Amino acid sequence: MAAPITAAAVTALAEGTPLPSVSPEAYVPSRGYWRHVGHKLSRDPVALAAAAVILLVVGVALFSPWITPMDPYKGSMLRRLRPIGDSTYWLGSDELGRDMLSRLMVGGRLSLFMGVTPVLIAFVVGSSLGILAGYAGGWINTILMRTIDVFFAFPSVLLAIALSGALGAGIFNAIVSLTCVFVPQIARVAESVTTQIRARDYVDAAKLSGASAFTIVRVQVLGNVLGPIFVYATSLISVSMILASGLSFLGLGVRPPEPEWGLMLNTLRTAIYVNPMVAALPGFAIFIVSISFNLFSDGLRSAMEIRQ
Amino acid sequence: MLFYILKRLVYVTPVALGVSLVCFLLVHLAPGDPLSAVLPVDASQETIAEMRAAYGFDKPLPVQYAIWLWRVLHGDLGNSIATGRPVLSEVGRAVVNSLILASLATLIGFTFGTLFGFVAGYRRNSILDRLASMVSVFGVSVPHYWLGMVLVIVFSANLGWLPPTGAGPDGSGNWRPDFEHLRYIILPALTMSVIPMGIIARTVRALVGDILGQDFVEALRAKGLTEFGVFRHVVRNAAPTALAIMGLQLGYLLGGSILIETVFAWPGTGFLLNAAIFQRDLPLLQGSILVLAMFFVLLNLIVDVMQTALDPRIERA
Repeated sequence: MAAPITAAAVTALAEGTPLPSVSPEAYVPSRGYWRHVGHKLSRDPVALAAAAVILLVVGVALFSPWITPMDPYKGSMLRRLRPIGDSTYWLGSDELGRDMLSRLMVGGRLSLFMGVTPVLIAFVVGSSLGILAGYAGGWINTILMRTIDVFFAFPSVLLAIALSGALGAGIFNAIVSLTCVFVPQIARVAESVTTQIRARDYVDAAKLSGASAFTIVRVQVLGNVLGPIFVYATSLISVSMILASGLSFLGLGVRPPEPEWGLMLNTLRTAIYVNPMVAALPGFAIFIVSISFNLFSDGLRSAMEIRQ
Repeated sequence: MLFYILKRLVYVTPVALGVSLVCFLLVHLAPGDPLSAVLPVDASQETIAEMRAAYGFDKPLPVQYAIWLWRVLHGDLGNSIATGRPVLSEVGRAVVNSLILASLATLIGFTFGTLFGFVAGYRRNSILDRLASMVSVFGVSVPHYWLGMVLVIVFSANLGWLPPTGAGPDGSGNWRPDFEHLRYIILPALTMSVIPMGIIARTVRALVGDILGQDFVEALRAKGLTEFGVFRHVVRNAAPTALAIMGLQLGYLLGGSILIETVFAWPGTGFLLNAAIFQRDLPLLQGSILVLAMFFVLLNLIVDVMQTALDPRIERA
């Protein structure tokens, strides 16, 4: 590989002095930001373990239709509420005699989908609104941020339940309600970071060099704002999972017989005196995924050196 | 100070108006006619038109909002469709029960949260610190409705120590401060306390760590102050923020108690909301959400003012 052309080399060339010889071995490229983050993450055992759990659960949920040991919908009135460790039902059976392991595997699909989708949509919509408000400033900022203040006047659980209660039960309505809960939260973070970035000298420099507002937002603002918002959004997934399953638990999300962890937890509530361990399983699944997202988000935050 | 309070009040007014607008629009967000729950399925067009006029649904939306707001300001939240009783009295009784539960939960959460936070902040990277961070991660990650179920399984179903559901032995639906009723509140309050415990522990740990790293602590130690004397300074510096977070958590718990109240059949606002949603009792739904949200706005205001009063470093700008 040829020696890289450095600024000093260019100056030297221009001044007519001979180039200093650079041996290829002496040149160590500086790590890019994301490689640096990846390197720090790879030394964080807690974050790695959390990421592994998330990948495992997502993988099982994705491939569940092909790998479930039994039919998750087929019940048996004779084999209801079998205990964990049963010879046919490894994790027991539910109140209608359906295999718990298969239902937990398939149930992860809807639980994860309903937990992650609202945060993804809110990430796109919320950061757009926040960056717009932060970069435009003035009356646009006032209108957007005062509207967001109104949504902050509702505790998030109350807002989610109020919206889905009014809209009616269903997966789509639950996702819409949760998105409405997270858009203001992400927008507020995006606005405050953008406002800080806008006052930096390099934004002024870009303006003076003739960059358009669009280019500045794309290069200077997005490059600096997306990191903190992304970390914040990953921590919201944990909240979103708990809330989404909570809506199904109340009967406002997924409807039976579709397997979903929150709904399974609700229908198994009657079984806590007969078979408590089986009844608690779906909640344990929610807990494991939620804590994994939280721990991964914490690891990501410290790896990206974002102060909160 | 008085000027500051007035200023905050002026700032809060548009937010309160916005909240009322959202609550008003909730009813119109609902699919179908808001009257569909009251009217029989085979109601004639004439009856429907008559009812719409009687309830004011035939007027344009802004006019409806103005009329509704005027009534709300006079304490009239309408009547519940299911029971026919005024929404305000229904919500009032439920709010008292919810407030008792949320206050006890906040108290437990604050006590243990500050304890863990202080220990962790003083002994950074020790085993106790690890334990405290585990408690705080657990607190924010655990689905509290599931934790409630697990506690019922352990303490009611297996050990038989505490009752699993309800607010009292007579099933009257009103909590009273005596020993019998105390047994009923322990499990839901404990379940609920885990959320503020985690958040307060995390905040206090960071606060104490920051304060201990400041120069004035060094100066206090250098002039020979006892460790307890230094501790008092740390407490005074951490208190305003910690108390502010406690206040906000009370508001979150009050508004977010619906899931825990459902698990424990606690006769509070959450239980009321649940009933309102599934009976399509829209006036009751609207009224309870308005009351809870307004309570949260008010609590935010009080916390803001208190924090400024307690902490002279915050500018009253």
